[in-house]
Amino acid sequence: MSAPAAEKIFGRPESLKDVATHYCPGCGHSVAHRLVAECLDEMGLREKTIGVPPVGCAVLAYNYFNFDMVEAPHGRALAVATGIKRVRPDSFVLTYQGDGDLAAIGTAETIHAANRGELISCIFINNAIYGMTGGQMAPTTIIGEVTTTTPGGREAKAHGSPIDISRMLAVCEGAVYIERCTLNSFKGIKQAKKAIRKCFQVQVDGLGFGLVELLSPCPTNMKMSPKQAWQWIDNQMMKTYPLGLIKDTTGYEDK
Amino acid sequence: MLVRTQFAGFGGQGVLLMGYVLSNGAMLKGLNVTFFPSYGAEMRGGTANCMVTLSDKKIASPVGSQADILVAMNGPSLDKFEPTVAKGGLIVLNQSLIKWGPKRQDVEVFSVPLVDLAREAGSERAANMVMIGAVCAKRDLLPLEDVVKGMQAAMKGKDKFFALNTKGIQRGFTFAQTGK
Amino acid sequence: MPSEKKLMRGSDTLAEAAVRAGCRFFSGYPITPQNELPEYLSWRLPQAGGTFIQAESELSAINMVLGAAATGARALTSSSSPGVSLKQEGISYLAGQELPAVVANMMRGGPGLGNIAASAADYFQATRGGGHGDYRTPVLAPAGCQELAELTFLAFDLADKYRTPVMLLGDGLIGQVMEPVVFPDPIDPADLPPKDYILDGCAGRAPRAIFSMLLGQQGELYKHNLHLQEKYEQITADEQRWEENLTEDADIIAVAYGTASRIAMSAVEELRAEGVKAGLFRPITLWPYPKQALRKLAQGGVKVAVFELSAGQMVEDVMLSVGERAEIHFYGIPGGVIPTPADVIDFLRSALKGDGKVGRRVEI
Repeated sequence: MSAPAAEKIFGRPESLKDVATHYCPGCGHSVAHRLVAECLDEMGLREKTIGVPPVGCAVLAYNYFNFDMVEAPHGRALAVATGIKRVRPDSFVLTYQGDGDLAAIGTAETIHAANRGELISCIFINNAIYGMTGGQMAPTTIIGEVTTTTPGGREAKAHGSPIDISRMLAVCEGAVYIERCTLNSFKGIKQAKKAIRKCFQVQVDGLGFGLVELLSPCPTNMKMSPKQAWQWIDNQMMKTYPLGLIKDTTGYEDK
Repeated sequence: MLVRTQFAGFGGQGVLLMGYVLSNGAMLKGLNVTFFPSYGAEMRGGTANCMVTLSDKKIASPVGSQADILVAMNGPSLDKFEPTVAKGGLIVLNQSLIKWGPKRQDVEVFSVPLVDLAREAGSERAANMVMIGAVCAKRDLLPLEDVVKGMQAAMKGKDKFFALNTKGIQRGFTFAQTGK
Repeated sequence: MPSEKKLMRGSDTLAEAAVRAGCRFFSGYPITPQNELPEYLSWRLPQAGGTFIQAESELSAINMVLGAAATGARALTSSSSPGVSLKQEGISYLAGQELPAVVANMMRGGPGLGNIAASAADYFQATRGGGHGDYRTPVLAPAGCQELAELTFLAFDLADKYRTPVMLLGDGLIGQVMEPVVFPDPIDPADLPPKDYILDGCAGRAPRAIFSMLLGQQGELYKHNLHLQEKYEQITADEQRWEENLTEDADIIAVAYGTASRIAMSAVEELRAEGVKAGLFRPITLWPYPKQALRKLAQGGVKVAVFELSAGQMVEDVMLSVGERAEIHFYGIPGGVIPTPADVIDFLRSALKGDGKVGRRVEI
């Protein structure tokens, strides 16, 4: 009797390079990268994917993702992606952007790409703080949150209220699927993957603009342990950014 | 030979079209030509003007220090451009709208009763065509058939206006050549 | 087959020439005086199987072009001065990422909102890089519609050859004037040489990344910059273009580009008719500046008279070219006023006499 052949049940997705990332312990980017990579692999999209990373902590994402990528200036990822998708409509185009990139300096590019219904999938990492530059206020920083530029905590009157860009984008006719998920729990991560797959399917089916917002822990800049950062998302951040489906006009039956 | 013609009037008089017809006709005849229109905010408020330069040699500047011919379609245009006409130049007036002549004594003045002539040609809407015909004939800029060809090139795709416009151009030629 | 001769506006000429040069992507934002260009491409590009996008801003437009260029398309954006200021970020990235693109600037009067009349006050911005970082962009300055058509082809060729953004620098007059044009043979984009750096999906090959951020500790950015500088030296050596008119026996040589050169040429012709030995030196590439060619003319007591539609920008390149080999005079009309040949005649006469009545003597 021969031994049964070993079956591989877990491994590195082909869409991720076999390299160590520079992300901090407990950071949500590593998890988000893996989810994106798994979905591309499972959907057979890697070889036709062209990705656009942000300026921010994920600026070096082209070192980690194992598919074609082009750097965009800060905030312009969806403009760059628009140029790519229009020239190569058969490619699969995704942007991977942080809150500063997508919801502050790139707000116009974001809204107009969504409004045009560009066939682009957008992964939006919301960690409520500026990571790469060292913990300054983000457009999504919540009220009361202490950052290096809101040392007394964010106040609506002085700093403006946190922006809910996903709900704003839902107003755009061209945006067909928007969902907010979280990366701070197994359950949340499972749902996030489901949402990312659906978002990718929207592009494959040519329905319009899709976006998945991922609440993501930034323990380093929050000056917390990873576990505390996860709890903070549950206890504080979700009050401002409740999870769930924000818009779905796909007509898919799973809704 | 180098001739600079300044066309000026208000919006709706077909001022730019006159310049465009002349430019096309000249090009088709084999002359060098530049057409420089007023543009943008300059045109808000209703004035329109353009300078057409014709030459049998390469044209250096599309804008000139002076105009050899001024085609003034209304009073304000005459006031504005009269000083820019070269000594011995020609000022062509739309007599139907301009009730006073230029102050200058050192230029030739040619008044054209545009509305009357255009009516005779078939419609007041052909007034700018009468004018371009009259100007071309007065200074031998282009023969009649080249002006008509220029009009057809300038208005490509709008064939339904060709017959009326041709009559207008002919009427202008006749007036310039016979004085009636 | 070259096209039949057609009377065309400058902006339309650039647009049609771009399509014939194989451009299949345009993105831009309306601004006077170049609106006819995007209007033309809004129907012409789809007709040619290309893409036209009216972007939400110049920032977005230049970055759409960046994306299109990254996938291998010949891509164009256009604007006028204030809009080109906004595009500088993207132009710097294109230079750093070594992506080809053509940027047209139909200059208007500035600074700030200025006005819409023809001006040439963006010379520094165009020829010194414009955005951040150590880079240059080849700058082509057409003086009329026919040349605009030809230089548009050249702009796309240079962009591809050197993997660099290239600027077509015109002004409101070049954009609005109509002149007869014959277009060169159209190019089918499929016939262009393949590009081995573009992104089209990694099937059958290793993934590619296009980026300008070089954080490495081994001097990667330094090396990248040296590579860029080598490229710029190559362009400087091989791509200078200019035109000389009546310079051989000239006592005074006007130096002007674009619209100013047309006005200056009329002045030169009128002076020649009066027996004054005037000539014109017209740079066609503003970067690289045809320094040696101008230097060669600056001898034997000739006077050099720089005429610009600005308060004095190109004159600095003339100073660098001529040095103390000849007297340099400058006359500039800033602020979006179109001068006439008579103004330039007065300047050249004054420079010849050295009476300082029009313009001024420039001291090195």
